[in-house]
Amino acid sequence: MKQILKGGRVINPANHFDEICDVLIEDGKISRIGCDIEDAGADIIDVSNKIVTPGLIDMHVHFREPGQEAKEDFISGSCAAAAGGYTTVAAMPNTTPVVDTAAIVRSLQRRAEECSCVHIEIIGALTKGQKGEELAEVGDMTEAGAVAFSDDGHFVKKAKVLLNGFDYLRTFDKVIINHDEEPSLVEDGLMNEGHKSAMLGMKGRPTVAEDIAVARDIMLAEYADARVHVAHISSAKAVDIVRQAKKRGVRVTAEATPQHLTLTDECVNLYDTSTKINPPLRAQRDVDALLAGIKDGTIDAIATDHSPHAEEEKDKEYCYAPSGFPGLETALGVLLTELYHTGKLTIQEIISKMTYEPAKILGLEAGSLEAGKAADITVIDPELTWTVDEKDFYTRGTHSPFVGRIFKGKAIITMVDGEVVMKDGKIIC
Amino acid sequence: MGKNNVSLRGKNILGLESFSPEEISLVLETAQEMKNIIHRDIKKVPTLRGKSVVNLFYEPSTRTRTSFELAGKYLGADVINMTASTSSVVKGESLRDTLLTIEAMGVDAIIMRHKAEGAAEYATKVVEPVILNAGDGAHAHPTQGLLDLFTIMQYKKKFQGLKAVILGDVLHSRVARSDIWGMRKMGMEVHLAGPKTLMPRFLFEEPGIYIHDRIEEALENADVINCLRIQLERQKAGLFPSTREYARIFGLNDARLALAKKDVLVMHPGPMNKGLEISPYVAYGAHSAIQEQVQNGVAIRMALLILVLTGGKNIEANS
Ligand SMILES: [Zn+2]
Repeated sequence: MKQILKGGRVINPANHFDEICDVLIEDGKISRIGCDIEDAGADIIDVSNKIVTPGLIDMHVHFREPGQEAKEDFISGSCAAAAGGYTTVAAMPNTTPVVDTAAIVRSLQRRAEECSCVHIEIIGALTKGQKGEELAEVGDMTEAGAVAFSDDGHFVKKAKVLLNGFDYLRTFDKVIINHDEEPSLVEDGLMNEGHKSAMLGMKGRPTVAEDIAVARDIMLAEYADARVHVAHISSAKAVDIVRQAKKRGVRVTAEATPQHLTLTDECVNLYDTSTKINPPLRAQRDVDALLAGIKDGTIDAIATDHSPHAEEEKDKEYCYAPSGFPGLETALGVLLTELYHTGKLTIQEIISKMTYEPAKILGLEAGSLEAGKAADITVIDPELTWTVDEKDFYTRGTHSPFVGRIFKGKAIITMVDGEVVMKDGKIIC
Repeated sequence: MGKNNVSLRGKNILGLESFSPEEISLVLETAQEMKNIIHRDIKKVPTLRGKSVVNLFYEPSTRTRTSFELAGKYLGADVINMTASTSSVVKGESLRDTLLTIEAMGVDAIIMRHKAEGAAEYATKVVEPVILNAGDGAHAHPTQGLLDLFTIMQYKKKFQGLKAVILGDVLHSRVARSDIWGMRKMGMEVHLAGPKTLMPRFLFEEPGIYIHDRIEEALENADVINCLRIQLERQKAGLFPSTREYARIFGLNDARLALAKKDVLVMHPGPMNKGLEISPYVAYGAHSAIQEQVQNGVAIRMALLILVLTGGKNIEANS
């Protein structure tokens, strides 16, 4: 079976390609990218005035399998991914049980094979049970196909444990992804510590908790000459700590989320638990610093930290609601509306941080449009205006702070291995 | 009643941030009428006869609960007390379900005390009856804020330009936050002092608020002092080294009181730790309005119940 994506603006960050042309897809693979491709036997998909990019990659999602299927599972999660234009996601291991053995990694891969309409990569736990005490069997998990290791959701408290992780993982060349907040400074904290938290009386999570955690992790990685990735970076100082480390040649990478790039703690109120996330929404100066970090390459990737919870879990008093909200279906809309259409970031910058860069960090084949590669492709209508409605979500998660917002820009086709799995917002697989 | 067409009928009383100075004045004027009723031999007026009010308390609080209960009963309302322990709520019935159950019983107002900031506001999104916040976490305690203003008015006859000092654990205090809003709305200057570990870090960004490291500095020429209660668990959490040292360096005693204006007014939301945040001499001294605050609390709560449930018209129509 042959298909031609005809007349779109093809953006491929891997080789700085940005031209109006056609993409020929054959047997699930890209066979040619060029001008005026003719092929009598091919189905033509007209994508003129649209943007054709490598399939989006989200290196930070919580798909809740195994054990927390009331929040999300691989079916609902993968549909949400496809709806948002993602062809590959990397699932975090803070599940029940924790993904900390090769056997669990393999069973999740089988699950993904059976029921997912996008590629689901598995991130293994760094420590057994994510308890921060003993290293999990990261060697076995690497052989089973885990793409990275993380105790995400928890800070690795003991410096020695993290240093062991860095040293031990040298053999397998896998990155450690860290959730950086010093626990003693954030315990029971509900929102960014700032003027707003002071006025609301809500317990704060100060930026310094993130700053010293990022600094420690970088120092340890530098000492071990290992790779470290800072998940959902949110504080201005932390961005600068990463910037300085990169200058010294430390092998550190970082991701930021659409929410931390566009919202501040000013939007937190006393009853809407959708704004409760960790690390919390910060101040405007932090948002500005994140954008500068995206611009100058300090921040490598944009990831959603898609964290769905069941409706009844989020429908609570602010302090009892769990942290996180589903981000896969709104990410592109947020970014294009708030950062592209406002001229703060170029489309190439946004696409690169959602495709090529995360693929590089995780060592994935995906993330680039090249002849011979799997046809994981996203088609974006940058001008499409739409309203975020929870009822349209494929994710089981609710309570997104973006509900009700009008966005400009949306993925209209998601193609996985040459198969269109989403068209015009509808999953077809 | 209702000068300038101000009405609080149906208004949820969540925090003083959403009050205008005119609305605050209306509450204080109404409270004065209520105080006259309290001073009668027979304290009952039937204004709220047929209305039912639920005291929904998720935190133990004898004072505030009793104060609301008396306020409702003096006005002829049926007052039902419901106390729930927070732990059973976390495990069991959700706040939503509890509220819906109460609503289904046909109550007119729910008075709510909860340890979660925003619980009262959350309730307004779930059910129809008027919600009166009797304290939500460290966020707000609007009836306390109003009774403090009422007490200040009683003694000072004005607000504009007065220097108020709030001493102690501002960080964890819903009383402090309601005082801050109320006092600033009425044109007072608000000074805060206590150990830095008990001060919100970024409150200084708020206009009209002054934060001092030493309480002596704050007390100079003060017109009003509100001395907050120090919870003993703050010491265990490491926020100050010992109660002895706290009393010595941050406690309100006669020597420090002398730094304030001669006619300074001393308030405390209670219950007091005498000898810790306030010395017994100050607590029972000539400047203290602490007992008066308790009575004013009933008057303020009567005023609010009348204003939100009837609009305040014809308070004694049926008496
Ligand atoms: Zn996460």
